[in-house]
Amino acid sequence: MAKRLTVSASPHVRSHETTTGIMLDVIIALVPALVMSAVYFGTRALCLAAVTVGSAVLCEYLSRRIMKRDNTLGDLSAVVTGLILAFNLPATLPLWMAAIGSVIAIVIVKQMFGGIGQNFVNPAITARIILMMSFPSAMAKWIVPFSSAWSPDAVTAATPMAILNASPDLSAAEGLPSLTQMLIGAHGGSMGEVCSVALLAGAFYLLLRRVISPAIPFSFIGTVAVIMLIAGKGNLQFLAYELLGGGLILGAFFMATDYSTSPINRKGRIIFGIGCGLITAVIRLFGSLPEGVSFSIILMNILVPHIERLTTSKPFGYEKPEKKKEEAQA
Amino acid sequence: MAEKKSLFKEFSKGIVIENPVLRLVLGTCPTLATTTSVRSALGMGLAASIVLVCSNIVISALRKVIPSKVRIPAYIVVIASFVTIVQMLVKAFTPELDEQLGVFLPLIVVNCIILGRAEAFAGKNPVLASAVDGLGMGIGFTAALFLMGTVREVLGAGSFLGLSIPVLSQNPMLIFILPPGGFFVFGMLMACVNRLAESRGKPRAELRGCDACPMAATCKLHNEPKPEEPQEKEATA
Repeated sequence: MAKRLTVSASPHVRSHETTTGIMLDVIIALVPALVMSAVYFGTRALCLAAVTVGSAVLCEYLSRRIMKRDNTLGDLSAVVTGLILAFNLPATLPLWMAAIGSVIAIVIVKQMFGGIGQNFVNPAITARIILMMSFPSAMAKWIVPFSSAWSPDAVTAATPMAILNASPDLSAAEGLPSLTQMLIGAHGGSMGEVCSVALLAGAFYLLLRRVISPAIPFSFIGTVAVIMLIAGKGNLQFLAYELLGGGLILGAFFMATDYSTSPINRKGRIIFGIGCGLITAVIRLFGSLPEGVSFSIILMNILVPHIERLTTSKPFGYEKPEKKKEEAQA
Repeated sequence: MAEKKSLFKEFSKGIVIENPVLRLVLGTCPTLATTTSVRSALGMGLAASIVLVCSNIVISALRKVIPSKVRIPAYIVVIASFVTIVQMLVKAFTPELDEQLGVFLPLIVVNCIILGRAEAFAGKNPVLASAVDGLGMGIGFTAALFLMGTVREVLGAGSFLGLSIPVLSQNPMLIFILPPGGFFVFGMLMACVNRLAESRGKPRAELRGCDACPMAATCKLHNEPKPEEPQEKEATA
């Protein structure tokens, strides 16, 4: 009799979702883009991904050990960070620089603030930005797809974003790939961001599995689309280049949606996405850099606590007190 | 005997336990701005130290003459005179250092370390103790700047005192000589010194209000019964 009656505190119903499961879904969603980057940039792309993932996992293990905390390798978050970091790098990047990127992402951005769920900015993006500011020439060496990334004098070409930044007029822009090429990814760029189709397939899988909510990516891309439509004076071709080029799809679906660095509420998520879109569009149109996705995400990451405060949901049946006196924080 | 021991204490506290930059978080603006190379960091540290020692001596000598209501203007006049002298000397003998430090050399006048030591120490202690305090604080400041400058120049430019280092100079991490790298190195050094001070039973330098301030024991504001609402001491940028 006593065995049949289990008395325990709530919660009584639990979902089967685990961090490991979610991270595994993200890895699965990233695989098509990884395969495509291997097709375009050869084994060098796979090698780069192996280095970032390997060093990210090693950093995670060592820093947890040194800080005398539980081992968190099992949640696979370090693998995801390493993989996304590799997606953000040019395939020609020296491997040791990629490893430095992993150290920055895992040790400095993630573990120093307490590990998974505690980082206030996205580790992979921060690592990319630090690498970009540290090694500007190596981080801007975009090779033409199907040319060997191993050889030191691989054929390099400007990314579509850089071409558009130099001459916003489509008819005057030279060397711009066709829209089909933009869609399948046969153009220069970071190794994981080029193939829009593969990324969209992965994103669709994540949305289907409800790993990510559509609020952030759609408000992010939507804002960029609206601004680019106005900036291009209704030119749909220009709009298509802006949406498919650069890291917009990768950033909107895989990086802006990071749980620990995005708001909890739908309202907050939409504000977050619109902010990301605004900053991206402003950097692309008026900034000296050709691409602004990474900066927009990191800037909005920093604003997340404030967005959360603005969009706190009211408890059921909550009534506003007559006069709320703000308590001074010590 | 007691006098001798405490003099050494006044001297040594400025180096680690009450290091002006890394523990009291004073004078961070020149610290971040001038540590892009070892040379300018050392120049800044030495210039500020000379002014600190001299102004401490003069202010301490005049402490009974200066009325407490106008002490700040009086301190500033003393400090500004020494800064002018140091600036002229630097301009005359090391013009390239003057160029590197730029506006931060005359800005020593409003350096919070110097004014802070005048207010917290020289204004109420005898001349010798003030001179020793100034010397210790100056060495602490210079050492902190030298460390930061070394890390930033070696990693960010691949050189040390302008001499290039074989492997590092090929691909230096530029970010270390940019402002974000400066803040990063600053934070890391602060963490190390906090650890060192903690092992000697001192509180961490964190923004926890007056109680956690390493200077709490000597602070006038902290020890007096507060007539108004409690004030929070902020880190000066």
